[in-house]
Amino acid sequence: MKIFTCIKQVPGISDVKIDPKTNTLIREGIPSIMNPMDKNAIELALSIKEERGAEIIAISMGPPQAENVLLEALSMGADKAYLLTDRAFAGADTLATSHALALGIKKILKDSDSNEKYMVICGTQAIDGDTAQVGPELAEDLDIPQITYVQKFELKGDDKVIAERAFRSEEIVVIETKLPVLISVLKEINTPRFPSMLGIVNAYKKKKVVFLDAEALKAEKAYIGLTGSKTEVFKIFIPERKGEHVKLTGTIEEMVKTLCQNLKEDKIF
Amino acid sequence: MSIRIDEELCTGCGACQASCPYGCIEIIDDKARITDECTLCGACVEECPVEAIILEREEIKAEKMDISQYKGVWVIAEHYNNKIHNVAFQLLGKGRELADVLKVNLSLVLLGDDFDDKLEELGQYGEDEIIYVKSKILKDYYSDLYVKTLTELIQENKPEIILIGATPTGRDFAPRVAKRLNAGLTADCTGLTIDLETRNLLQTRPTFGGNIMATIRTPSSRPQMSTVRPGIFKIAPKTNKKAKIRKINYDYKQKDSVTKIVKVISREKIKINLEEAEIIVSGGRGVKSKENWHIIEELAEILNAEVGGSRVTVELNWVDHDRQVGQTGKTVSPKLYIACGISGAIQHIVGMQGADIIIAINKDENAPIFKVAHYGIVGDLNKVIPALIEEIKKTKKDLKKNNL
Repeated sequence: MKIFTCIKQVPGISDVKIDPKTNTLIREGIPSIMNPMDKNAIELALSIKEERGAEIIAISMGPPQAENVLLEALSMGADKAYLLTDRAFAGADTLATSHALALGIKKILKDSDSNEKYMVICGTQAIDGDTAQVGPELAEDLDIPQITYVQKFELKGDDKVIAERAFRSEEIVVIETKLPVLISVLKEINTPRFPSMLGIVNAYKKKKVVFLDAEALKAEKAYIGLTGSKTEVFKIFIPERKGEHVKLTGTIEEMVKTLCQNLKEDKIF
Repeated sequence: MSIRIDEELCTGCGACQASCPYGCIEIIDDKARITDECTLCGACVEECPVEAIILEREEIKAEKMDISQYKGVWVIAEHYNNKIHNVAFQLLGKGRELADVLKVNLSLVLLGDDFDDKLEELGQYGEDEIIYVKSKILKDYYSDLYVKTLTELIQENKPEIILIGATPTGRDFAPRVAKRLNAGLTADCTGLTIDLETRNLLQTRPTFGGNIMATIRTPSSRPQMSTVRPGIFKIAPKTNKKAKIRKINYDYKQKDSVTKIVKVISREKIKINLEEAEIIVSGGRGVKSKENWHIIEELAEILNAEVGGSRVTVELNWVDHDRQVGQTGKTVSPKLYIACGISGAIQHIVGMQGADIIIAINKDENAPIFKVAHYGIVGDLNKVIPALIEEIKKTKKDLKKNNL
């Protein structure tokens, strides 16, 4: 069985701060990291491999420097890694991104020339865009079933898939389907392992990241990159903080008294 | 396909540099220069005051879509246990506004079973029409059946805007429908307006963890699809109007779906719904300890409010995860939100700025929370809250007396 894990290189946004003077993002020193939930995807692939054997293929679309996150995936234990990189892919929205990934997966399946079963595992969403759209759009492009927001997963027998999907804060639904399938996982599903020393050595010495461009994928321009995107960014801005800035004054007793009078007028009481 | 700077026009003002979310623009010798890391997102193009940034799309020899064929605004409802998710009513409120600007009809689309006797009541939230697809199996959510049904309905009826709640269910079927239609979809929107000249829907959403907002449009194709964050828009007011009801029967069988629902597991915990609370009292790091958390609960109790917390209070286990307000927690829009000892990081602000009235209590007079607050009290919450509780008791007592 082949397990594809989709990886995205993202800015480590928890470090992003706003410059209060210029009201712009401070970007210096923000590292590029592997999207956290993608690590959960790799971890799930590794646990399936350990249980029943599988070939894990990490795949990403991005600029050449995204090779780093694929090397990290190889270090964690992925067997192969492919980077779809080409200026023609740039400016892609989720629709165009999912198409490039689908072409990559189809090519790898076709070139391997076997009728093995396969599945695709994605992180539910990336921390930069937070769209959670690429997974389902990729499943549609590949024409396979999808189960999203998965927090528990099991493969039974030859091709039976059982997954727990967190669809409301109060309920979990257990869904059954068959391979091939795409699942998108939540961070609750497992704890990703750290790459071992041997894993890192192997990734850099024995394995390599294969680069594929638009031509290699026989991609039609109308469906990739900026041209293949239906949505476009109209503008980007730093959120405004609204409010009337009424700072109450006086002693604590006076302040709470004024506050309660105001709330009475506002019909809160 | 490329981006370039017209050096004749560029004044080196730097407006583009500030707008680039990826930090890919440098100003060298008073001219902007775009580095190789550029993703062609296009955010800078609109920012340039002299139109010196040119984003070139390769001309594709494809038929241009006739977008004028598409008319009307749709809201797709989601339900569980025969109860419609609240976000549908919020979307009807916003949808009515958009439809009025565009002078088109608003429709509610409902896929389900057993809603027949509820349709009349459901039709009073401002929509012109309810499209009710009835099939026994659709009492539950089946991803592939939703995708198939909705795609067919959209192809046949050609709405120009489709609004879907950004819940795990909406975010499951919406992308797949968009892909099947080759339509643009914007995730988790918190602002929706119309550019009347082009009839484009301008969809604003938080990105980069809520640090920046992006406005997205779908200029040359229809339908324009959005998933919309629950709790952002106000529920549509009930009217006396009655929507036209269009009922379509589908005879789906279990075998028509590639998936099977094995079971639904209820999580063993107190069911709280912060999104629907009218008053929320939230605590932050300023509460100082789990032992001191009762002060937040006491204020909430006297106000008959729900308790919320900032991210750090959840991480420190002072309060349950279900009560976290903010980017990675819940987005709430109560009538009253009281932030106690919360400094007001943008990740928290995006989750509560929709509240009608915001009160901030904080020791640090420079805390950013005061910028969004309608009423601010600078002071030690351990002193302010007990005084506030006393005053609320007194105010309520006086009111009761006056009403007698």
